[in-house]
Amino acid sequence: MTSSTPAAPRGRERRQRDSRVGDKIFMNLSRGSGILLLVVMAAIAGFLTWRSAIALSKNEGNFLTTFEWTPDAPEPVFGIAVLAFGTIVSALIAMAIAVPVAIGIALFISHYAPRRIAQPFAYLVDLLAAVPSIIYGLWGALFLVPHLGGLNSWLDEYLGWTYIFDQSRVGTTPRNLFTVGILLAIMILPIITAVSREVFRQVPRMHEEAALALGATRWEMIRTAVLPFGRPGIISASMLGLGRALGETIAVAVVLSSSNVLSLHLLDPGGGTFAQNIALKFNEAQPFGRDALMASGLVLFVITLLVNGAARLIVARRKEYSGANA
Amino acid sequence: MSAATTTVPADARPVGRPLTANRLPKWAPAGVAVGSIALGCGIGAVGGLESKLQWGLISAALFLIISYLLSAQVEGRRQAKDRFATSVVWVAFILAVVPLLSLTVYTVQKGIGVVDGDFLTHSMMGVRSAGPGGGIYHALIGTLEQVLLATLMAAPIGLLTAVYLVEYGRGTLAKAVTFFVDVMTGVPSIVAGLFILSLWNIALGFNYSGFSGSLALAILMMPVVVRSTEEMLKLVPNELREASYALGVPKWKTILRIVLPTAIGGITTGVMLAVARITGETAPVMMLVFGAAYINNNPFDGPQQSLPMYIWQQYAVVNNDYGYARAWGAALVLIAFVMGLNLIARGIARWRSPKAGH
Repeated sequence: MTSSTPAAPRGRERRQRDSRVGDKIFMNLSRGSGILLLVVMAAIAGFLTWRSAIALSKNEGNFLTTFEWTPDAPEPVFGIAVLAFGTIVSALIAMAIAVPVAIGIALFISHYAPRRIAQPFAYLVDLLAAVPSIIYGLWGALFLVPHLGGLNSWLDEYLGWTYIFDQSRVGTTPRNLFTVGILLAIMILPIITAVSREVFRQVPRMHEEAALALGATRWEMIRTAVLPFGRPGIISASMLGLGRALGETIAVAVVLSSSNVLSLHLLDPGGGTFAQNIALKFNEAQPFGRDALMASGLVLFVITLLVNGAARLIVARRKEYSGANA
Repeated sequence: MSAATTTVPADARPVGRPLTANRLPKWAPAGVAVGSIALGCGIGAVGGLESKLQWGLISAALFLIISYLLSAQVEGRRQAKDRFATSVVWVAFILAVVPLLSLTVYTVQKGIGVVDGDFLTHSMMGVRSAGPGGGIYHALIGTLEQVLLATLMAAPIGLLTAVYLVEYGRGTLAKAVTFFVDVMTGVPSIVAGLFILSLWNIALGFNYSGFSGSLALAILMMPVVVRSTEEMLKLVPNELREASYALGVPKWKTILRIVLPTAIGGITTGVMLAVARITGETAPVMMLVFGAAYINNNPFDGPQQSLPMYIWQQYAVVNNDYGYARAWGAALVLIAFVMGLNLIARGIARWRSPKAGH
């Protein structure tokens, strides 16, 4: 490799060789780290698939449609029907509440609030993204649940005819999917807000001024200039939030009183989510029970992978607000 | 409807009237807010609604409706819509502030009475769970050790990956790494825990230990470090790199001596934010560290404890008033630690952020 030219002084030649060797080592180190990350992702999929295959081969029930979760019984039966339902429903409730509110807050910070309030408030929202989920859970169980009782019976009374807000037994403690949805909404507010806010900030000033110059009110300006520009950002922000809501474990485990019931009565206690079920059943699970839990974990992994991948693909054109470090 | 009623007076405006004639006065939104809050509380009190939440929701709804109707009467439809949007945004702001503020205040309120010298320096060894006493010393030790180990693993790998992506990465491999780093930030913590469990504990046969917990934490931390470091390295002006190359400095030395030191403030911030994030992770730790009541200073051997898991156990397993009190105490310590890290990290970011090219 090093063509030894006798004309060059020895020291210089050595320095050059060193630099090439150094370059090579450094580049391979950094490339190796990148590859290691890919290997870890592949290994997660691989190992979970391996354990799931073991679990599924002995499952006596249908993995997709069974309600029970008794993998450690003599005849192991387990299925994800209840978990999939609970996960999706609670995440949807969370999205329905969090997305509009988060867009509102993002607009507040980027377009409505006086500068003196906007900056510290944006800062505060970012800080709240750092609150550990166990603390959200503790607060949810000991503060939010007692305070939602009134709202629950209210919804039951006035919106009971919608079926989903009908409470079978009036006055039960609201440890239900609806409460979980509200708690998840509070938890994913900061990330959705942070990403949408960044998008709204990048709306070209000219677009806004053009709208205002044509006589638009502030709302018309936002509707015609800001929101269309920010749509891909809002979508990917929401999907990032959705990914978090789907995978949230401990806060759900603390708040929900779970059971293997699949019911559209959102205000009745019961149901479960993938992550919550794993956290709750893990400690008393036998080795085979652990494998069964891994099978459900694999499903969760695939779902979050799809949601996050989709979010990234949508936002890929605008890398700068990917929100991964929010 | 209201358009018809408002266009008539607008056309019939006498010549001498000021321009602000059919505008609501500046104090109108505040006035409407006060009015609707009073009304909402009144309805709540009269209707006997025990939850303050309902009072707030009624007030918010009243605020939206009244400000729209009032503005539609006085100013016209378009202005009314604008006012309505403004009101909605303000309500969203308040809707967000209330739970978040309540969370912080409640944690401090409940925790402040519990945290004292004894609480911080004692473990739960020999403490009756149905009685007072006990502390979080073992959990603090465990959390610090696990997070430190995770950082030692994740930070170098994350940093090098970011260097690869920014300085070397071309082609398919770099694209794949970028995409999967992004996707990896969304891996649920419990899945990371299950993975380490199947790899480290089942396939390789190791036992519960602090270290296996920190392996899972490292997986959660790596992508966050990569993303933030990447952003920071991209901010380093290319002129600096070119100047260094022009002086004959090899690439690796340029990166180590020029690029990384320039971005070090932002990189530190990113790593600290990632540390703050994994400190609060409960699920993987719960599966892999197991939770001991005694002090175990060795993260490589035997069960340990950690702060988030301690909170979970005191709430869910102990499940009495003494347990709740200890949980709140630990929650306060945890939240103070995480917030402190965040504040310091953002302080560093402001102090030493690389300025984008001139």
